[in-house]
Amino acid sequence: MPTADDFRVRQEPFYQPQDKEIELYEAAYAARLPVMLKGPTGCGKSRCVEHMAWKLGKPLITVACNEDMTAADLVGRFLLDAGGTRWQDGPLTLAARLGAICYLDEIVEARQDTLVVIHPLTDHRRTLPLDKKGELVAAHPDFQLVISYNPGYQSLVKDLKQSTKQRFAAFQFDYPNSALETAIVCSETGIAADLAGRLVELAQAGRRLKGHGLDEGISTRLIVYAARLIGQGSAPAEACRMAMVRPITDDPDIIDSLDHAIGAIFG
Amino acid sequence: MAVPGIRQVADARQRLMANPEAQAAWATLDCGFASVADVFDDCYAAAKQALTDDELPAFIETTRRLGKLGRGAEPPLAFLEGWPRVVATIPQNEALPLLLETIDELQKSPNGPALTPLLQTLGGVAERLRSALALEHYLRLARDLAARTSGSIHGRQVTQASPALPEFLRVAPQLLALVPLAGVRRWLEDGIRLSGDHPERLREYFALRSPESRALLQQQRAGTLFADVERRLALSQQSLWQDDSRLIPYSTAFVDQVQQPYLAADGMRLPDVLEKRAGVSGSDRYRAMLAHLSGHRRWSTPLVADNWSPLQRLSVEAFEDARIDALIVHRYPGLRRILLALHPIPAAGACDPARENTLRHRLTRLSRACIDRDYRDPAPLIDEFAGRFAALQAGGNASTRAMAELALAYATRSRLPSDQFAQVHFAETEVDYRDDNRHLWTFIETGDEEESFTPPPRAAEPEASGLPPRHYPEWDAASQSYRPDWVAVYEALHPAGRAADIDALLARHAVLARRLKRLLDLVKPQARVRERYRENGSELDLDVAIDALVDWQSGRLPEARIEISQRTAGRDISVLLLLDLSQSLNATLPGSGQRVLDTAREAVALLAWAIDQLGDACAIAGFHSNTRHEVRYHHLKGFSEAWDDTVKARLAAVEAGWSTRMGAALRHGGRLLAARRSEKRLLLVLTDGEPADIDVSDPDYLLADTRQAVSELAASGIDCFCLSLDPKADAYVAQIFGRRWRVLDRIEQLPEQLPLIYLNLTR
Repeated sequence: MPTADDFRVRQEPFYQPQDKEIELYEAAYAARLPVMLKGPTGCGKSRCVEHMAWKLGKPLITVACNEDMTAADLVGRFLLDAGGTRWQDGPLTLAARLGAICYLDEIVEARQDTLVVIHPLTDHRRTLPLDKKGELVAAHPDFQLVISYNPGYQSLVKDLKQSTKQRFAAFQFDYPNSALETAIVCSETGIAADLAGRLVELAQAGRRLKGHGLDEGISTRLIVYAARLIGQGSAPAEACRMAMVRPITDDPDIIDSLDHAIGAIFG
Repeated sequence: MAVPGIRQVADARQRLMANPEAQAAWATLDCGFASVADVFDDCYAAAKQALTDDELPAFIETTRRLGKLGRGAEPPLAFLEGWPRVVATIPQNEALPLLLETIDELQKSPNGPALTPLLQTLGGVAERLRSALALEHYLRLARDLAARTSGSIHGRQVTQASPALPEFLRVAPQLLALVPLAGVRRWLEDGIRLSGDHPERLREYFALRSPESRALLQQQRAGTLFADVERRLALSQQSLWQDDSRLIPYSTAFVDQVQQPYLAADGMRLPDVLEKRAGVSGSDRYRAMLAHLSGHRRWSTPLVADNWSPLQRLSVEAFEDARIDALIVHRYPGLRRILLALHPIPAAGACDPARENTLRHRLTRLSRACIDRDYRDPAPLIDEFAGRFAALQAGGNASTRAMAELALAYATRSRLPSDQFAQVHFAETEVDYRDDNRHLWTFIETGDEEESFTPPPRAAEPEASGLPPRHYPEWDAASQSYRPDWVAVYEALHPAGRAADIDALLARHAVLARRLKRLLDLVKPQARVRERYRENGSELDLDVAIDALVDWQSGRLPEARIEISQRTAGRDISVLLLLDLSQSLNATLPGSGQRVLDTAREAVALLAWAIDQLGDACAIAGFHSNTRHEVRYHHLKGFSEAWDDTVKARLAAVEAGWSTRMGAALRHGGRLLAARRSEKRLLLVLTDGEPADIDVSDPDYLLADTRQAVSELAASGIDCFCLSLDPKADAYVAQIFGRRWRVLDRIEQLPEQLPLIYLNLTR
């Protein structure tokens, strides 16, 4: 049986608040409200949750959601062993028992009918019925549910039901402004502020193409990747092409335009 | 002796020339044309400059021959005047035999009159070609064109002159200025194939008067075409300058004067093609232009121009342009290389201020000194002002106003008497990425520079009915290239008829419908499917698990796959049914007296009903064509429409006529289908014959185009399937659709077969 200590965040993850999200999150946790984090990919949603788990000193159980995930994958299932069947808790049940923060990452990837199992945990009941086992798990007082998703998906299919949405308090994340983002890249990778500033400038040039053929802008995470490559000794222009342009698109016109932007910014 | 009534003509052979040598040459020429005699002295002097003494006799001899051809004074005149220009680039001993051979051939054919334009433009052509080999190719092209476009009335003898040749020879220098010789050859081939035997069309094409001729020539041009990079440029504008103004090309091919890019109210105007220059690619040159224009839009403020002289304004523009470039380089340091490569470096001693107007030359040097820190101009004044410019820029508070003051100070101190001269030194002074600065000036009073001009009231345009046409290219297999914007497709909702007719048709096929219904129920997707015997399922399959446990405890190998999972099996299909509505559908079927069209209508109604039962997304459209200028595409049912009375009414009203230009219809249908986000996208074509149209004589042309359209669709993930009602279709349909086709020999079976084929395709 895993213990709460297995899921503790041991080191402080670096997180640069953009606004008052830390205070607000603490308030939401104090009231044990389920929390939803929205925002484009690579803007710091998961990092924020990790940081808060560390700050609050609570264990964190993360589930990366996918389309093949079933309710049993969250709740648990019977397994066979030598003596017969044995119940195995799923991550959600485990978190409810241990009093952990359960973080369902990219929740829209999961099928909507699967997600209904989280409903009883997210309202005043704070319980999880295990119908196959005939048990009603009452959530530990420290338990909290956090979900994240990216509303930028163009697909209409990938959205949450209203009945799911309306159980959460929500934070809207976005890419930080350029000064803040430069600071983040610097402290994350240790490269010079001037170079970091130019990487951010390129990322912003890319973000302006969103909707003109790009589904998503260049994320902070990709800037950090480019900065790491530069830290390994790559030339800035090559690192940018590799980390910030090639991953995000296959459209030759956009690649060409962004390569030109790299040339213009780095010379 | 004077004969009364006959005008005395002085014999030109007796004319006196300027010097004895010219006189001797004139005597050799033995030419009686007064117009030749008039210019002979000057021409001879010019020829003596260009030709060596050894070459002169051959020159005179050729002129003599041309005078004796019996084609008037024009050929010798054109040769006398043009030949020195030819010899300036191609040696006479190489060029002359080639020319003589061509002259002989043309002279013997009905195309003799084309000799005059040939000789007239030969000088300009040679300047472009610059080698004997290229000249040989050019002359061969001309002879080839003559041979292929000359007509004959009876039998083998060529009796009619080519209408294309003189036109081609006249525009040849213009053509060669735009495209290399190989491009001219392709353009020529296209022209011969397109215009075929129509003399008028040939003439239009080869004189560059018809739009397709210009469009095809544009395609052959070297360099970066605006149309090819338009999207990239717009994306760069958006990402670097946050500017989404429209980019509009202007033509550079058919105008004489050089035009600069400019800012207009409706967008940024750029040339339609740019070649690589100074190591900077065409697309980078476009981007330099756009950066400069965007810089003006961002940092320049208009000035009132009324009180300034043109000279002062020129200086202000030079300083302001330099300021914009400096700001661009400051913002995007990587653009520095491009701008400096494109900005000319005029040599200080290139012109003489005592004889020429060197204003532009000095300003370009100044502008170079302002934007290039490594350039030091020898003139102390220019150096001083470049320093003052740099100081202003470094302060960070430079504005258009400040530049104007600096420019006025410069204009006052740098003035020279020669600045009023008409002869301006232009070489190396064009900074071609800069615009014409029309946005920089506002005029309080309309001065005499601008003409006040009210456009004449235009007649009210007739209101367009329906949507404007959408243009599609067409594939030309012979030249392996697309003909740009070749076909106009007009789309419209089909007018409605009586929906009850379709219901009656369906009622007639009630037995068939019942049989289909049973089949459909089998195919119809079940919402959830249980998948047993999974190693990793969603839950335990208790029956299997217990069996496994029994096996385990009795010492046998247990079944490991004891879980069960559930899968949703949905059909995710979009289908577009495209009906050929050409005239041949009006043929009646032997026996029943029913038209093919009626049978097709029944089949489509049944299929639409079946697809509706299945729940797949389905659209129905019909097409026919009347030359490439009018392909009609009728919407009968949209993807989002239900199979209801409005749709049935449209289907009931379908009538057949005209021809089958299938490629364009496929492209248009594919475009609509490509917008669907379905797993499988299917384009079903129902036709009764091969692609054909009345403006196309080559039967393989539309066939190849349709095949190309099908492979384009395949590349974008759309499957095409053809159901042909033409019993002889085997000969061609496989060429177009590969293995995705079926020929229906007995058309009466169509209503039964069509839904079945669809089911098989999507099973």
